[in-house]
Amino acid sequence: MSMHRRSVLKGALAAGVATSALKVPAAVAQAGPIKIGFLTIKTGPLASGGLQMEQGLTVFLKQRNNMIAGRPVELQTADTGGNPAQARTKTQELVERFNVHCLIGPLAAFEALAIDDYIKSSKTPILTVAGAEDMTQRKPNPWLVRASATSSQPSHPMADYAAKDLKLKRAIVMADDFAFGHENVAGFQRVFEDAGGKVIQKIFTPLNAPDYGTYVSQFKNADCLYTGHAGSNGLKLIRQISEYGLKGKFTIVGGFTPIDESVLQQMGDDGLGCYSGCWYSAALDNPINKEFVATVQRDYKVDPGVYAAETYLSAEVLEHAAKQIGGKVEDKEALNKALHEAKVPATLCGPLSFDELGNVVGNVYIRKVEKKDGKYVNTVVKTYPNVSQFWTYGKDAFLKDPVYSRDYPPAKNLE
Amino acid sequence: MQFWIIQTLNSIAFGGLLFLLSSGFSLAFGLMRIPNLAHGGFFMLGAYLGATVTYYGGNFWIAMLAAGLGVGLVGIVFERLILRRLAGNVQGQVLVTLGVSFIIADLCLLIWTGDPWTLPAPSELRPPIRLAGFAFPTFRLVVFVIALITAVALYFLMDRTRLGAMIRAGVDDMEMARGVGIPVSLLFTVVFCLGAVLAGIGGTLGAPSLNAYPGLDADMLPLALIVVILGGAGSLLGAFVGSFVVGFLYNFGIALFPDLAYFILFLPMVLVLVLMPQGLFGRIPS
Repeated sequence: MSMHRRSVLKGALAAGVATSALKVPAAVAQAGPIKIGFLTIKTGPLASGGLQMEQGLTVFLKQRNNMIAGRPVELQTADTGGNPAQARTKTQELVERFNVHCLIGPLAAFEALAIDDYIKSSKTPILTVAGAEDMTQRKPNPWLVRASATSSQPSHPMADYAAKDLKLKRAIVMADDFAFGHENVAGFQRVFEDAGGKVIQKIFTPLNAPDYGTYVSQFKNADCLYTGHAGSNGLKLIRQISEYGLKGKFTIVGGFTPIDESVLQQMGDDGLGCYSGCWYSAALDNPINKEFVATVQRDYKVDPGVYAAETYLSAEVLEHAAKQIGGKVEDKEALNKALHEAKVPATLCGPLSFDELGNVVGNVYIRKVEKKDGKYVNTVVKTYPNVSQFWTYGKDAFLKDPVYSRDYPPAKNLE
Repeated sequence: MQFWIIQTLNSIAFGGLLFLLSSGFSLAFGLMRIPNLAHGGFFMLGAYLGATVTYYGGNFWIAMLAAGLGVGLVGIVFERLILRRLAGNVQGQVLVTLGVSFIIADLCLLIWTGDPWTLPAPSELRPPIRLAGFAFPTFRLVVFVIALITAVALYFLMDRTRLGAMIRAGVDDMEMARGVGIPVSLLFTVVFCLGAVLAGIGGTLGAPSLNAYPGLDADMLPLALIVVILGGAGSLLGAFVGSFVVGFLYNFGIALFPDLAYFILFLPMVLVLVLMPQGLFGRIPS
């Protein structure tokens, strides 16, 4: 509770300072602040990503003196603890008690699923960062937009690059044994096999497996290993590949979570040469990103990874939509429509728009870990423009198939 | 053939790490009758402290000792200030250790942030041992050797010293031990501290493979519980045998039946609980 009171105070204070400093026209100021409810994770094992999400949003608001579309912003932060039930309670509190105009978050797919029904019934626009595929596919939520990516969206181009540009033929795929891991790997497998490659071994590890030694020592002879692990698990895997003397025996390619900027420095030389597909890289060369990276490095002494970037990106989309409707975010229908129709010409990760189901269509970058000036960076080696969640399969054909899962698409080439 | 050799090596290496984790837990459990649910937190704290010392340029072995001492100190403070006041109140003690494990987890998050910290093994132990076409991490074998040395040292401490005799007396019959003038209350602190030191050292030795990250405590604690339930609370031999049984079950379970990995780990624990609740080497409390 005290956390809420503190953030209310801070928000009010910041809003007051901002209005007096910038001399906002009185009429707009009287409309009150734009209230954003922010669902993040500050405690428990998933807090790493949650804290970064907060960094991204804080940097965004600071750069704009806490103003969006000419109105001050009041940010209500809620800690979901990475717990679906708590996410649900906190969402309800944000909507009913604080009357927020829109929501940003939550981080994890199972949290997003837990609040799905409530979002529909309370009609609150939400910019989520959770990957859960079906929320913008077979069971779309009309109030939801996702500016980052579905779980498999960046896996498709990564597989295309691995098969066509790197000419890799035989792949081991590996991920955490939960929905994100299944979806992330399934996207890779489908495109890789359609492009002539073969997935010869498929391994899903329990989310809390303490040690990967057993798995690593059982790898079959392959050209590449695709990892879709999240958080510290990816780091653990890549470290243990070196430990077992397998570094260099195959190319490591990955989804956007295991080879994230937030663990890159810790990974050290073990990470060199790893490829990954992501809608973002801290090394992207555009003015918005350069300023964003510099600010995060200055304020937090770290390189921003996807979690920081995705809330910044969501806020950029929100700002764009709020401007389209003249700042009148009280009209939730109008705000939701503006969010879904947003075509943002420049964000920190390039231009983007949304498909009719609320998911982003934008660039996906193939990145390679390199060492530059003593630092490890995700250098962009190829850009796939306008990637949609349906890749090249077409919306209708894509949606006719079952949702990506542990066993779909089926692996026919296992050895 | 290579499969069996590698997985056997994996199993004994992991078993060694588990012994460092669970021996301290078992000692405190045996003497004080409380499962210290903060023991996973002690292990994680050891990993973070070790990583921090090496981050600031410390040698790996110094980092290991520093982590052991640091966590041992936390153990003393915890036992003296909190557990002590709840003597006899088992429920209260269990809840307090659970609460402390949350506090340790959140303090670690606050101090070391959510990003994982790595702790590289000493550079001379980093290249894997290569033998007849297969490779195995050198450092894991070193951890196994350290676990063996620790086991022997603990055996001598418990079986050949006066302190050990007093601890054994306390485990077997606390009232009688008190009656014959053994300072059981001081022993509590010593044993609890020793357990924390072992967890701290184990954390540092585990970190080069596992890293230090939020949630490491929760990943390791169940393994310590399984080991101690299998082996029997308070029995050093039980912790030793239990660690390697769990090491083998975990590795071969995952390798042969990947979808049943956790089931295979918990099944023997259930069987032991049903058939011999005191564990393989535990004593039936009088």
